[in-house]
Amino acid sequence: MLPLTPPDADATPGGFGLYVHWPFCASKCPYCDFNSHVREGVDQARWRAAMLREMDHFAARVPAGRRLSSVFFGGGTPSLMPPETVAAVLERADHHWGIGDGVEVTLEANPTSSEAARFAGFRAAGVNRLSMGIQALNDADLKVLGRKHSAPEAMAAIAMAKGIFDRFSFDLIYARPGQTVAAWQDELSRALDMAVGHLSLYQLTIEEGTQFHTLQQRGDLVVPDEDLAGDLYEATQVLLNQAGMPAYEVSNHARPGQESRHNLVYWRYGDYVGIGPGAHGRLTLKGEKVATRTHRAPEIWLQRVEEGGTGAHADEVVTPDQRGREALMMGLRLAEGVSLARLTAEAGGVNPVDMAAVDRLSRHGLLTLDGDRLTATADGRQRLNGVLAALLE
Amino acid sequence: MNAPPTPRLRRDAGHPMVAGIFPDRPVMTDLSHIRNFSIIAHIDHGKSTLADRLIQYCGGLDAREMREQVLDSMDIERERGITIKAQTVRLNYKADDGQTYQLNLMDTPGHVDFAYEVSRSLAACEGSLLVVDASQGVEAQTLANVYQAIDHNHEIVPVLNKIDLPAAEPDRIKQQIEDVIGLDASDAVMISAKTGLNIKDVLEAIVKRLPPPKGELDAPLKALVVDSWYDPYLGVVILVRVVDGELKVGQKIRMMATGAAKEADRVGHFTPKAVQSGRLGPGEMGFITAGIKDIRETKVGDTITEDRRPAAEPLEGFKPSVPVVFCGLFPTDAAEFEHLRESLGKLALNDASFQFEAETSAALGFGFRCGFLGLLHLEIIQERLEREFNLDLITTAPSVIYKMHMTDKSVIDMHNPADMPDPIRIDHIDEPWIRATIMLPDEYLGGILALCTERRGQQIDLTYVGGRAMLVYKLPLNEVVFDFYDRLKSISRGYASFDYQMDGYETGDLVKMSILVNAEPVDALSTIVHRSQAEHRGRLLCERLKELIPRQLFKIAVQASIGSRVIARETISAMRKDVLAKCYGGDISRKRKLLDKQKEGKKRMRQFGEVEIPQSAFIAALKMGDG
Repeated sequence: MLPLTPPDADATPGGFGLYVHWPFCASKCPYCDFNSHVREGVDQARWRAAMLREMDHFAARVPAGRRLSSVFFGGGTPSLMPPETVAAVLERADHHWGIGDGVEVTLEANPTSSEAARFAGFRAAGVNRLSMGIQALNDADLKVLGRKHSAPEAMAAIAMAKGIFDRFSFDLIYARPGQTVAAWQDELSRALDMAVGHLSLYQLTIEEGTQFHTLQQRGDLVVPDEDLAGDLYEATQVLLNQAGMPAYEVSNHARPGQESRHNLVYWRYGDYVGIGPGAHGRLTLKGEKVATRTHRAPEIWLQRVEEGGTGAHADEVVTPDQRGREALMMGLRLAEGVSLARLTAEAGGVNPVDMAAVDRLSRHGLLTLDGDRLTATADGRQRLNGVLAALLE
Repeated sequence: MNAPPTPRLRRDAGHPMVAGIFPDRPVMTDLSHIRNFSIIAHIDHGKSTLADRLIQYCGGLDAREMREQVLDSMDIERERGITIKAQTVRLNYKADDGQTYQLNLMDTPGHVDFAYEVSRSLAACEGSLLVVDASQGVEAQTLANVYQAIDHNHEIVPVLNKIDLPAAEPDRIKQQIEDVIGLDASDAVMISAKTGLNIKDVLEAIVKRLPPPKGELDAPLKALVVDSWYDPYLGVVILVRVVDGELKVGQKIRMMATGAAKEADRVGHFTPKAVQSGRLGPGEMGFITAGIKDIRETKVGDTITEDRRPAAEPLEGFKPSVPVVFCGLFPTDAAEFEHLRESLGKLALNDASFQFEAETSAALGFGFRCGFLGLLHLEIIQERLEREFNLDLITTAPSVIYKMHMTDKSVIDMHNPADMPDPIRIDHIDEPWIRATIMLPDEYLGGILALCTERRGQQIDLTYVGGRAMLVYKLPLNEVVFDFYDRLKSISRGYASFDYQMDGYETGDLVKMSILVNAEPVDALSTIVHRSQAEHRGRLLCERLKELIPRQLFKIAVQASIGSRVIARETISAMRKDVLAKCYGGDISRKRKLLDKQKEGKKRMRQFGEVEIPQSAFIAALKMGDG
């Protein structure tokens, strides 16, 4: 088991995070199915005010006394936010829930030169961790992926971020069209030379509603098949283990202690407030787990916040049954695994896991059960969909 | 006519045949003015269209009531262009000689599976029209049926249809009829049923060239039960051909085979509308009802006589039809089992040749083992269940009846591989053979010969007539039920026609081939095969399953075996990578719902040891086995 990140100030299992969704991008990437929109001329003052107002709305709902373990600015492209907006959001979050020294504040950034110019401003606003969408280290693939930056720009941005932030991470996408294992190993080695404590390495997934999906349906885009994807994934694990950055989650690697605390809130099935268009939240209110969700369209969200204080849809109560499954589904993504007692508590006193299946899958080397702790092995994580299906009879 | 709604008399809701609305004046038709005939034709050669034209010409239906192929009342008959059940229709035709004749058309099925129905229909008639497509020529099924008609001493009038088409070669086809069948085709009637050309010539030929029936009005009643079916309103309706005597409403009748006595409450004929004329005289065809609720009380081929004055001897009956092909039918959704049982029961009401009994399979759950007259019969029942009863079915590989000669001298009939006795107790196994006739353009001969050889065929005859080859082969039936039709069609690009008759049993080196996944046998996939075919068949099935069974968390061995000996093996490697790359706060609900859906999907999986096999894999694997 990995050493856990510093004890949460918040007493609820899994911690308590704040997610801020900035929905705007300079352009839409062909693989991205996130809630992102290209808009000319965003009224920054209105948006800033709306973000703060929706935070106030949720703050009034969250029981008093909760303390943040992390804040995350995601998107869209939050590095397009004016640093003043970031500062204002953090100031208000501090007011509601307290942002102490140990609290991780991450902002997602694109490595174009104009955005890199704002890094110092973000740091001054209170951001202490930068997560950069590098995606590839060669210009040809960056072009295929629809990215607006070049490889030299990416490397310059990484160098700049290193000088400003103690903690920073970047993302790469692999299993690209035509990618070979050797090419990926080479690219990954170069990435490791630049990485400090954290790397996110995602297999390219073709999501419905994206341009890549359309191309794939037409036969104009061919991505590596399951076997090649498996080879690429396994090669990734070997290199990252050698580099001392093992996977602490399916697609996330860190030196011990450098894990993303905010994302751990999700995987440990903690609570989080989500503000901004299309943001999701999970809150424990009067013993019930409630899923929150805001309107995805930026203009409608903005209007609703201005008129009623929030762009949120009606809450959905997550039933104990669903909680057990969600906690298992998220927890097994982590190398640290999940506690059966915790799963049982989430599921309202019933263990949601088929223990006969645990036995069977353990024999096949896909799971380990150590006392109360159920963990998917590296082999098991690589096939987690099948493992989960088998566990939930 | 504005008749009140009345129950339909025909078994399936179809064309306007309404009972009881034309109380007709009993008219005696003297025997010399009656002609009973059937039409023999290959599928698509125009039999139903010709029947339509004849009905239209004689005014049986007006233009509004007329629709395509009025005699094929089941949707499935009309769509596939085949006739499954026999029907009759009475036509009143005023001939050139000024006399009016009663023509009774007996519409017969054309397919080998329904040869039994053909023979019943032919027995009720004195003559046949042999309809041949003027460009396609004689086909295998035509041949089989025309020989049956000759066996029944029928007078046969050749009719060349579709002579209006540019590809028509009437002279060549006439020559072929003479060469292949040995019939004089010089005065064949040349028609186009589609355009209505020369329909009157057909009617004249029926009157002039076919003999009238023979019979005695004063003799004790003898009427042949040609067919019967269940009508939800009227009970059992019996189709009869009166030979001697008179059948009247109110008459007390007796079924000679079963001895049951009933009162005839409706007597009439079809025009094709049901007309209650109240009586049927010698030589006439028509229907009766007698308050019978169970179709099994009316044995087809039985003789109806008068209870008060019975005939001394019954008419010569028919050989009962027996199922020769068997398979399991299982509902895809286990909850549909009762619905399937009821549906099979309803179909059996009108199809005495169809048998079923409950069966349980580890792979497929609860279902029924069913017996059919042939592959087309199987396909039709399956299709009717799916369409008319809205059932989603899995069909196991068709099997034939094997005679297991045991070491203790007993003989067991077996058609389900699951019932295979311990091989140690078996002395030898006999399997059914058929005598098949295949007609085809000779450019495909090589391929078809190879197919027949591959299927253990023994060539009996090969002749060439009119640019076509006629092949006669002896083949084991179990090789034919295994995708033979499909192969025949694909090798000949659809130009070969095929017909067969049963040809007795012979000892064969037969073994039970089992399919195992990770050493667990999958009952639904086991088959009885000839030892020489086992390895090939086993390899094919294993390869197919390898494609069909999705990768799982661990490696799966798919094996075909005879006893403990593995004859084919494929390995399905373990799933390499199957995990969501990204799963963050916003994804939780969505991904959980995906997982819930996956869990739901597992209900459609069958567990064999640790291996889960989707039902769709069985369905697809079993498809390769049916015709």
